[in-house]
Amino acid sequence: MNDERITVGITVNGVTHRAVVEPRTLLVYFLREQLGLTGTHVGCDTSQCGACTVHLNGRAVKSCTIFAVQADGAEITTIEGLARDSALHPVQEGFREKHGLQCGYCTPGMIMSAVHLLQANPRPTDAEIKHALEGNICRCTGYVNIVEAVKWAAERMRGDHVSR
Amino acid sequence: MTTQRAPSGLIGASIRRVEDPLLVTGKGCYVDDIQLPGMLHIAFLRSPYPHAKIISIDTAAAKAMPGVVAVLTGDDLSEHLKVPVPSIVRGMKIPPQPVLARGAVHAAGAPVAVVAAESRALAEDATSAIEVEYESLPAVADAEKALEPGAPLAHEEFDSNVCYTVTKKGGDVDQAFAAAEHVVRMHIASPRLVAMALEPRGVLASPEPMGQGLTVWLSTQGPHRARADLATGLGFPEHKIRVIAPDIGGAFGSKGPLYREYIVAAHLALKLGRPVKWISTRSEDFLTTNQGRDQAMTSELALKRDGTMIGLKVRVAANLGAYLQSNTAGPPQRMMAMAPGCYQIRNCHVEVVAVFTNTVSTGPYRGAGRPESVLNIERLVDKAAADLGIDRLEIRRKNFIRPEQFPYKTGVGVEYDSGDYGRSLDEALRLSNYDELIRQRDQARKRGELVGVGISTFVEPSGGAGFESGAVRVERTGVITVLTGSSSHGQGHETAFAQVAAEKLRVSMDQVAIRHGDTLAVQQGVGTFGSRSAVMGGGALAVAVDRIVEKARRIAAHLLEAAPEDIVQADGGFAVTGVPEKKVTWRQVAGAAYGRLPKGMEPGLQETVFFDPKREAWGFGAHVALVRIDRETGSPTLEKLVLVDDCGVIINPMLVEGQVHGGVAQGLGEAFREQMLYGDDGEALTGSLMNYAVPRASDMPPLVLGETVTPNPFHPLGVKGVGEAGCNGAPPAVANAVMDALAPLGIDHIDMPYTAPKLWEAIRQAESKKRS
Amino acid sequence: MFPANFGYVAARSVEEATELLAKYGEEAKLLAGGHSLIPAMKLRLASPRHLIDLGRVPGLSGIKVDGETLSIGALTVHADVASSDLARHRLPGLAEAASVIGDVQVRNRGTIGGSVAHADPAADFPVILTALDASFVLQGRFGRRTVAAPDFFLDFYTTALAPDEVLTEIRVPLPSSGSGTAYAKLPHPASGYVVVSAAALVVRDPSGRCVSAAVAIGGMGSRPQRAAATEASLHGQPLTPEVIAAAAAKASEGTDPESDLYASADYKRHIATVYARQAIETAASRK
Repeated sequence: MNDERITVGITVNGVTHRAVVEPRTLLVYFLREQLGLTGTHVGCDTSQCGACTVHLNGRAVKSCTIFAVQADGAEITTIEGLARDSALHPVQEGFREKHGLQCGYCTPGMIMSAVHLLQANPRPTDAEIKHALEGNICRCTGYVNIVEAVKWAAERMRGDHVSR
Repeated sequence: MTTQRAPSGLIGASIRRVEDPLLVTGKGCYVDDIQLPGMLHIAFLRSPYPHAKIISIDTAAAKAMPGVVAVLTGDDLSEHLKVPVPSIVRGMKIPPQPVLARGAVHAAGAPVAVVAAESRALAEDATSAIEVEYESLPAVADAEKALEPGAPLAHEEFDSNVCYTVTKKGGDVDQAFAAAEHVVRMHIASPRLVAMALEPRGVLASPEPMGQGLTVWLSTQGPHRARADLATGLGFPEHKIRVIAPDIGGAFGSKGPLYREYIVAAHLALKLGRPVKWISTRSEDFLTTNQGRDQAMTSELALKRDGTMIGLKVRVAANLGAYLQSNTAGPPQRMMAMAPGCYQIRNCHVEVVAVFTNTVSTGPYRGAGRPESVLNIERLVDKAAADLGIDRLEIRRKNFIRPEQFPYKTGVGVEYDSGDYGRSLDEALRLSNYDELIRQRDQARKRGELVGVGISTFVEPSGGAGFESGAVRVERTGVITVLTGSSSHGQGHETAFAQVAAEKLRVSMDQVAIRHGDTLAVQQGVGTFGSRSAVMGGGALAVAVDRIVEKARRIAAHLLEAAPEDIVQADGGFAVTGVPEKKVTWRQVAGAAYGRLPKGMEPGLQETVFFDPKREAWGFGAHVALVRIDRETGSPTLEKLVLVDDCGVIINPMLVEGQVHGGVAQGLGEAFREQMLYGDDGEALTGSLMNYAVPRASDMPPLVLGETVTPNPFHPLGVKGVGEAGCNGAPPAVANAVMDALAPLGIDHIDMPYTAPKLWEAIRQAESKKRS
Repeated sequence: MFPANFGYVAARSVEEATELLAKYGEEAKLLAGGHSLIPAMKLRLASPRHLIDLGRVPGLSGIKVDGETLSIGALTVHADVASSDLARHRLPGLAEAASVIGDVQVRNRGTIGGSVAHADPAADFPVILTALDASFVLQGRFGRRTVAAPDFFLDFYTTALAPDEVLTEIRVPLPSSGSGTAYAKLPHPASGYVVVSAAALVVRDPSGRCVSAAVAIGGMGSRPQRAAATEASLHGQPLTPEVIAAAAAKASEGTDPESDLYASADYKRHIATVYARQAIETAASRK
């Protein structure tokens, strides 16, 4: 049994953390257990469900399928890093406004995937939204209101919504 | 949508959820989010065999591994540690339920040993160092095969695989079948399904020193029942256990029972004097968490030539799996109780044979017997219509229980409260533009395309299963705390119940806090399952609020120096009738309640209600589906799905829609893709998300939702449940649409799920039969 | 689910990686995006004692034109292949295959080199790369060699890579003008992996007649297979729907797929002809 430890420096939500990890430590457990950022969830063990989705250097990835050592030097954004100055990110707001969540377990990963989509495509169609969320499983909502939430957020982020 | 509304408009408003700000920011708290100092982690070594004798277990190497604190097998544990199972049917067989296997295993995934270690990874490392010698035994996976003579025995100590047989009878079935002018016979099997709540199961047990107490965070649908079962299973006093259900990441029935891993974790926490956590992996979840459906129905429907239904015989082989959880025996009973659906069938004979097999336990999964029952009767009715050449709308309308017949006692002896099935069907036809769908189908058929329209009309019983509790406490400053025994796992209790309390108390929602999920804070309660929360928790809350208002009215009368009968509720408090400026606020009333009261009045302003309406609430609905099947690939497309549901008075339409959406998604999963498969020998073949397909976003068709509102006359709020409507009504509508599409090929029935390869095979066979 | 522990080295160069491979032998595995390896390690289906991470080796990712060849660095992630203008304009079938692998997150992390080196018979890249007659650059301690697709994909999870070799580059010949490429896939409803897929490259003369065609079928055996009978039927023919359909109907000839829980062998043989037709039709419609 190998008991090697490796020091990594990973910037999470703008703060650089130096930490010692076992090579086998998955990024999701590094975030959850070493940094206490428990908003990133684990829902499966076959890289299917997407509950663990975070942004790594600006791209949505599954943090259950990355070793923390691979993220050494990377910039990570988690669900906890989205809201700024206590204001919700428009996607977070959209999920609340459109009832895009029930139990909330898939929600952080779902939101991180949606944010990633809207960064690249500010005006997605329903089909594009569904396609962008193909790596995230929700068992509560039937996805109907998740799609609505992302559309709502897209509108806000484009700034062309009519204020109500 | 808004949270700022006049209290009078709260019930019936789509209010944004109180729960969401924490959940969308990652600040929710699920069991695995809790870390305690000194916490140990446990991992289980599980049987790879569906049925085997355990010859020997060698844990020496595992015990010697770094970070390992304890390794236990079944023989190391007192036999008093067991999974408590109530005997809900007289004479039902209950196999031994040790928390770790002793001597034999009866399902793949049965826990054989447990390791407690300083980290999860170390615990898993050590399980792979445990050596077990098994002697494989013959196993059986299919319930109907398990009933055949000479079938392998799932439990070697029993003389057959039957756990129990129950029968419900009404009228004179033999006479009805003798008088029948037509009898429809079908064999209909519902697939085995996995609940797949996104949060896997988990427990964290933390002992107090000297065995003084135990706090248990549990991913559960009912903390109070879990506490009692834990006390029984563990042999530790209930009043010294505190169970907390923090945020729960979905359950759908699967987190109802107290699973053996929880007893093991609690036992180890007490034994080792340290907090112990167990979080299931998804793979473990597929092998250990209650699965749903898997009922095979052999059914006969007796009719007059004009389509009048006169008799129903159903024999259900219900697959229970190997071990019983506390609620495993439940769904087959539910299936029976609604066998005649929304039809007047006076003569019924329904028999359930509940069968042990060497598979994962079954139990309630969203619907819990309802979808099986609806599927059964709705397929029979469509086949009857086709056989007799009667339109399927006409045959339904002809046999519907009529509105004026309620309350109506069915052929299986159950009383429905209220309903208007014809109106619900009419609304679904209107919303779906049904005649146009039929026209489109007929045109497509002329072009040789496979297009079908399907309908289901169904009842959805909700509530029941004992009582529910609600306590309302007006605090000293006039704000309101509600303690509900109904514990949420995503339904939005904190929002819906606050709407009810705020409206009835005439305060704004932010003056009300809903608390649940903690046995220390909340009086005895039952929990959330079977679409019961609005009915049972809502009912308890409504009655408690009424009692509070009555007491507060007397206090207000005292403060306002008026007679209690002259006191009326006003926004924020009470006023003297006709003199709106003479008023007191809830704060003033509370101040008096906890301060000076006249002689004879008991201080305090709190009411606790244990609510039991002694009857279930029977929601209903009508769903319409349009399905197209690609002849070349067999690939089905659900082009339209219209869902009309009636759940009585609606508290929050947004939440109701959410429940329907979610139920439909699971129903469509069942209809098109989901099925847990076992080999003949019990080997689990679809034990992960790599081969068990749950719906993704792009699998969802456009949905059209509609409603009718038939208030529940026996409920203080007029509500009925709706959580299972989608998965009850949608699959049979789809099944009927698929069969309608395939009818020109002479295909009679295919069981769900309707995957492309399965439909293609059926089409190919039908076409080659036609040619020959 | 936690992998067994292992020793970790971030290689700084391909040379260092090959040295480390030689040193650790069978106990070592190369780590690229990790999207084949890490899931297997979590389920403890793989427990290498040493991981050699290629992620920090400079120069292994990126797509560029090198003469008449598209050169793709082995560490290029699927998303970058799918969105590459070069791939989308010159080899749309390749971009298409990249765009249907797994899901967004997987495509953001998984690498083309990792995928082809894993040689999963249900993977997408091997199929399209077989049709496109790609070759693979393998760097060993004592030199480099280039292996053509049919000699690279050998069997289930087996390639021509020697134990001390590193796959550094995938080279895809750029088709001449007048050719089209396409990829069509039936994904498994749970895993998203290939049940059956088809990749096509058709080269036309100015009159629209097929000069040459390459059609590869995936999911039908231990490795991608060229549909020789289909290719022969297209050769020299005008690419009408009838010609394409007749050719595609032969796409399963010589294959012997296995039935699985989702689809029978019969279904696979049948559906291969459907997807072959789609792929050829799409390729033929592309300029």
